Amino acid sequence: MKKLMKGNEAVAEAAIRGGMRAFFGYPITPQNEIPEYLSRRLPEVGGVFIQAESEVSAINMVYGAAGSGVRAMTSSSSPGISLKQEGISYICGAELPCVIVNMVRGGPGLGGIQPAQSDYFQAVKGGGHGDYHMLVYGPHTVQEAVDLMYNAFDKADEYRLPVMILGDGMIGQIMEAVELPEMKDPATFPAKPWACDGKGVGKDRRVINSLYIEPDALEEVNHRLFDRYELLKERETMYEEYLTEDAETVIVAYGTVARIAKSAVNELRARGKKVGLFRPITLYPYPEKALNAVAKEDSVKRFVTIELSMGQMVEDVRLAVNGLKPVEFYGRTGGNVMTPDDIVSYIEKE
Amino acid sequence: MEEKIIIAGFGGQGVLSLGQFIAYSAIADGKEVTWLPSYGPEMRGGTSNCSVVVSDKQVASPIVARPDCLIAMNKPSLYKFVNRVKPGGTVIVNSSLIPDKVERDDVKVVYIDAQEIALEAGNARTANIVVLGAYMGISKLFPVETVKKTIEEKFSSKPKVIPANLKAFDLGYAVASK
Repeated sequence: MKKLMKGNEAVAEAAIRGGMRAFFGYPITPQNEIPEYLSRRLPEVGGVFIQAESEVSAINMVYGAAGSGVRAMTSSSSPGISLKQEGISYICGAELPCVIVNMVRGGPGLGGIQPAQSDYFQAVKGGGHGDYHMLVYGPHTVQEAVDLMYNAFDKADEYRLPVMILGDGMIGQIMEAVELPEMKDPATFPAKPWACDGKGVGKDRRVINSLYIEPDALEEVNHRLFDRYELLKERETMYEEYLTEDAETVIVAYGTVARIAKSAVNELRARGKKVGLFRPITLYPYPEKALNAVAKEDSVKRFVTIELSMGQMVEDVRLAVNGLKPVEFYGRTGGNVMTPDDIVSYIEKE
Repeated sequence: MEEKIIIAGFGGQGVLSLGQFIAYSAIADGKEVTWLPSYGPEMRGGTSNCSVVVSDKQVASPIVARPDCLIAMNKPSLYKFVNRVKPGGTVIVNSSLIPDKVERDDVKVVYIDAQEIALEAGNARTANIVVLGAYMGISKLFPVETVKKTIEEKFSSKPKVIPANLKAFDLGYAVASK
């Protein structure tokens, strides 16, 4: 039975059903329904909910909890995610699994509270210091956010890295019907022989650490991390193509912009225009091979990247297209959101 | 079918919950739906609005630029959105708070004294349900019983207010069906 749920609450419930039992956060609009919901819901499943004294504190609690082997997460919105960057870098360096939700709002600075996609660079290119990446998902519906969140902890555990759900204010605030998956049983999760869970004694002493004074040791860690990122590229890349087969103009958009673009594509098709949509679902790893294959199609004349930013993902589109076809950019920012009509006008402008 | 609705008014007029009643009814009727609220500082004392899209198919854009129906609960909301309504669309005006007439001849306009009718139903706070009834009377979007069942379910924790809300719905429905 489908249930009408707000994006934030649905994501929170999906995390619990995916095995999350420890949440640490600090309030910020437009994601407050996540901690609000979890503060009620986590105690029901024997989990831990803590509203920390700051974002810095919250992410370091995630670091500690993840180190003990529990499925831990935090959520925030743009300025709060900036504050968490040091902790995220440490978690990556310590090779710990966790999930981070960013319901993005306009920036820079405190910015606004309306939807934006201007944290793309921060999410996929680093954000904190050092050589690292996260597995980053950009869901475009509440159902997709639920499905991705549900399995995010499995992926985080498998690759021992943070998974980020990169939403935006709209995904957080919208209500849609969702099918919630079954509750996963934490007893069935694979063992974590590296976790500081009190079981490592004597020779089996376990250490969670991100400090490597010896250059050779640190280089080895970085290579290990990047070997995993290669595996991510091979196995975890996700994208959707919508009416791209004969398209002359291919829109590239992710998250809620992609669904606005879908309406625009439908309208343009109804007017006889050959327009399609390429929608990355994983933002890291970026579906560059698939996008490059689209660029090689003779029918494709141009790409139009559409974002709620001044142009961030467009750089990855250009890397993937690699000069084969022109790549244009259309964006709104500051919390303003384009309508399907705006996109139709842009595409028809020629 | 795809019906796009914008509902707008003062914070506190039940604008967001009016949209939610439509959304819950849509689910009960087996339709796809999105409910997107405005959120932020404008919700305290200022205007508040939500966009609802009801469809047979998965809803692509939840952003409504040109609604099939505008429900305006206060004057600023009417003027903010009225010119966006599609030709042939519907504008429902809460005439308790809006003395103005809509100066468009290409849309259907229904004036409803929601406050007065809510008092008649026995609860001044049911004005939004009066308007919900009016909208259903005009659009026939869902079976009446589906919407009434939704009202009963959503007020199940406050059973005392259910009769007034059901009456408010019926009165609104009757006005619009005239």
